[in-house]
Amino acid sequence: MLKTLLCGTALLALTAGAAHAQVSNNVIKIGVMNDRSGIYADLAGEGSAIAARLAAEEFGNKVAGTPIEIVVADHQNKADIAANTARQWVDTENVDVVADVPNSAAALAVQGITKEKKRIFLMSGPGSTDLTGKACSPYGFHWTYDNYAMAAGTARALVEQGKKSWYFITADYAFGHSLEDETTKMVKQLDGKVAGSVRHPLGTSDFSSFLLQAQASKADVIGLANAGGDATNAVKQAAEFGITQSGQSLAGLLLFISDVHALGLQAAQGLMLTTGFYWDMDDQTRDWTKKFEAKAGRKPTMVQAGVYSAVRHYLKAVEAVGSDDPDKVAAKMRELPVNDMFAKNGKIAANGRMFHDMYLAQVKTTAESKAPWDYYKIVKTIPAEQAYLDPAKSGCSLVK
Amino acid sequence: MTAETHKMTTVAVRQTSEDTTRRTLLLAAGLAVGLAAPFVLYPVFVMKVLCFALFACAFNLLIGFAGLLSFGHAAFFGGAAYITAHAAKVWGLPPELSILLGAGFSAVLGLAFGALAIRRQGIYFAMITLALAQMVFFLALQLKFTGGEDGIQGVPRGQLFGLFDLNQPLVMYYFVLAIFLFGFALIWRTVHSPFGQVLKAIRENEPRAISLGYRTERYKLLAFVLSASLAGLAGGTKALVFQLASLTDVQWQMSGEVVLMTLLGGMGTLFGPVVGAALVVTLESYLAGTNLPVPVVIGAIFVVCVLLFRRGIVGELQAFLARRKS
Amino acid sequence: MFELLGVPPQVLFGQLLLGLINGSFYALLSLGLAVIFGMLNVINFAHGALYMIGAFVAWFLLNKLGLGYWWALLLAPATVGLVGVIVEKTLLSRLYKLDHLYGLLLTFGLALIFEGAFRHQFGVSGQPYPIPDALKGGQNLGFMFLPNYRGWVVAASIVVCFGTWFAIERTRLGAYLRAATENPVLVQAFGINVPVMITLTYGFGVALAGLAGVLAAPIYQVSPLMGSNLIIVVFAVVVIGGMGSILGAIVTGLGLGLLEGLTKVFYPEASNIVVFVVMAIVLLIKPAGLFGRER
Repeated sequence: MLKTLLCGTALLALTAGAAHAQVSNNVIKIGVMNDRSGIYADLAGEGSAIAARLAAEEFGNKVAGTPIEIVVADHQNKADIAANTARQWVDTENVDVVADVPNSAAALAVQGITKEKKRIFLMSGPGSTDLTGKACSPYGFHWTYDNYAMAAGTARALVEQGKKSWYFITADYAFGHSLEDETTKMVKQLDGKVAGSVRHPLGTSDFSSFLLQAQASKADVIGLANAGGDATNAVKQAAEFGITQSGQSLAGLLLFISDVHALGLQAAQGLMLTTGFYWDMDDQTRDWTKKFEAKAGRKPTMVQAGVYSAVRHYLKAVEAVGSDDPDKVAAKMRELPVNDMFAKNGKIAANGRMFHDMYLAQVKTTAESKAPWDYYKIVKTIPAEQAYLDPAKSGCSLVK
Repeated sequence: MTAETHKMTTVAVRQTSEDTTRRTLLLAAGLAVGLAAPFVLYPVFVMKVLCFALFACAFNLLIGFAGLLSFGHAAFFGGAAYITAHAAKVWGLPPELSILLGAGFSAVLGLAFGALAIRRQGIYFAMITLALAQMVFFLALQLKFTGGEDGIQGVPRGQLFGLFDLNQPLVMYYFVLAIFLFGFALIWRTVHSPFGQVLKAIRENEPRAISLGYRTERYKLLAFVLSASLAGLAGGTKALVFQLASLTDVQWQMSGEVVLMTLLGGMGTLFGPVVGAALVVTLESYLAGTNLPVPVVIGAIFVVCVLLFRRGIVGELQAFLARRKS
Repeated sequence: MFELLGVPPQVLFGQLLLGLINGSFYALLSLGLAVIFGMLNVINFAHGALYMIGAFVAWFLLNKLGLGYWWALLLAPATVGLVGVIVEKTLLSRLYKLDHLYGLLLTFGLALIFEGAFRHQFGVSGQPYPIPDALKGGQNLGFMFLPNYRGWVVAASIVVCFGTWFAIERTRLGAYLRAATENPVLVQAFGINVPVMITLTYGFGVALAGLAGVLAAPIYQVSPLMGSNLIIVVFAVVVIGGMGSILGAIVTGLGLGLLEGLTKVFYPEASNIVVFVVMAIVLLIKPAGLFGRER
């Protein structure tokens, strides 16, 4: 019943919108879909919706003469709910853009649908490199980070600092294995060596046993090829067993500022990680953070900042083209450089990867940190070409 | 005394014949709704409802008619989804075969789980099925072919019997409807068969059924396998509808969800699980657009159901009708 | 240096000790479940959620009221116990005349509500909780570095577990309790208030979960999800041990912790499912569980 009503109003809108024939349905509708109550709620969640709204506000909530509307949905980390929502958004609610979508399974499902239905998909939350590889789409843009950039960036920087031998604590499933593989490749390429690795089941709460094995290996770096609760538990218990004090470095291959916040500096200090954004980098990021914090009550994560940047870039392209035609807008997005508080001179490759600099950060010690959320020391900038995989090797059919 | 009994039996006979007409009417109405639904509602949504409805009906066969509470049905539902998705995507099998393979896998898994679990009753049975299902979850996470947390994506729907293109939403819809009706009819037959009567006897009083000479273990095991296969049928179909199989379907929360659907609709009633599944799926997709925490709402419904209306919506309705009649 | 199955003995001892630490959590939780089950015939699905609440109460006491770990050790189990008493009085007690499965379903719903509400309020990444100053640092045992805090966890939980065992099996109060489990009507006739005893038993059982939560807070992240995965393992522990005896719950909990520790050395990938495999084997050989009686 509701759906027929919606269809009816959509039809009405269509006929009424003849004056603005360039923009379908007389509205630019952006759907922010993510996890609003589960493991990605802090990383993305409502903050991503706020970030998207901030981007729309910059345009006065209007672009090419049509209003911008932002809708949100919780995919509850379920790929089928994500797929269902995306289909319904496109089929019955005329959503033009889907944004964010953390959780790789959900993102891959949405990528399939947006590709089929020709809608722009702005990915900030998910990490899988398949999104710009095997499963790439002419309408899919992978914005903020990917698993390769996070793992390889940290590995490269640490090996170059002379920390050549590695030991991995790896989550035993496809994601963990691929993180370990990517990192191993990078370490070996730079003449480092891998002293060993141990695989733990997903959702392990006690890491002491694995940490002891890592400690016994005497490797320079213990790489944590896991994420979320696994990674935070491992870091917390590493502090308990005095691993960093004894001279070994702990490297989080996929850790975010929300994880560091959850851990607290006591446990996280000294940790090395790669990030695509940090709120306290320059005046521009601090200004934007102020606006964000006023609405969200906390500092933005890189995923949330990425949603802002991606939505803003999309709107710029719509403005330049003067229509929301997905083919034209996607082409324009690839053409325009990305310049905002998030990325300097970012470029979008044929496979949909947005190339921008990444940063190697070290978590500050309790003594160094002056204020809440004063967490990172930016140790090094990783240039975009080094940070991301070469599109030619991505396996994406769009790259010729 | 005899007159009294006689009167009672005639009343009972009339009631059953009335029941049958009412039931046939209800069934016809349900069928009409099923046939017309994709023109009114969003087809993918209705297909999802049908898949979960079949899943809940399969589960209900166990709890409602044999009195066994399984807390591990996600293993059959999700396990079959993985097998079907893999068969359709990697082996390139046609959809009907892929789904059969999925259901067959669940049947075998059901046999293994059932053989272990029916050694204990009641709460133990629930805990054992839960623990075994958790094992399947870990396997699904670690095995190569399941794709870890990415799941199996982009599963082709293919051509049914090489004739019908399932990529057409309506064709797919009627295919799913047919599967659902098949499953539902099978459960209907089972419940009304002598086998179903024995199951009910076991539910009411197992020692008595044993003393009557029934080998209750076998009956329970058979019911378990049947329920698992039908849950697998539902899971396999869902994999083709959404063109993906993911960890969501093997997680223990999914086992909880199917319990809720059945409890809400009415345990031991034929239509209850269908109503319950429709309500829960609608609720979930509605909550997706709001700021309410989904688990809290689901949990609250659970508590309210257990405390206030244990017969579920359909069960309460039936009781109400029966009361009015008398 | 000699090796045992390809693993140096020091490593093995270390891992066994760590396994014992995990085992003490299992023991505390399965003991609570066993106590509740014995008296109420209810499997408390909310046990994991109450364990989580215990940890959160400790966090709350520290961050909002400035009360440290030692206070939390006292106040958090008391708070969780109080929650338990309220739940039993207002909800669970309505279900005793029905099939025991309804108790399971009710507590399952409660677990969802508790967990969902905390998730909504605190997010999922969790909150930090520091190790109390008195227990910081660790001992070098020669074969491994043992953080003091972990040593304390083992000691504390073993004392609590065996204290509970003693109270139930060797004291007068325990005797009433056991009698009421067997025949509540008769015990009531002796002038003992059985309903109150049931309520207090439930309160005590969940207080044990709350205590485990406080003990866990400095080791794990204080997160709304910390209980939900643990509870399934504890269920398996309970099935393996059988619900026959209090001692069974304790011994099985500790034993499976050790076994899991060993698996982490020899075949770490399987460390999450080893408990379930053992459960399947035990069911095949002794359906009532290692310490259980067939009823």
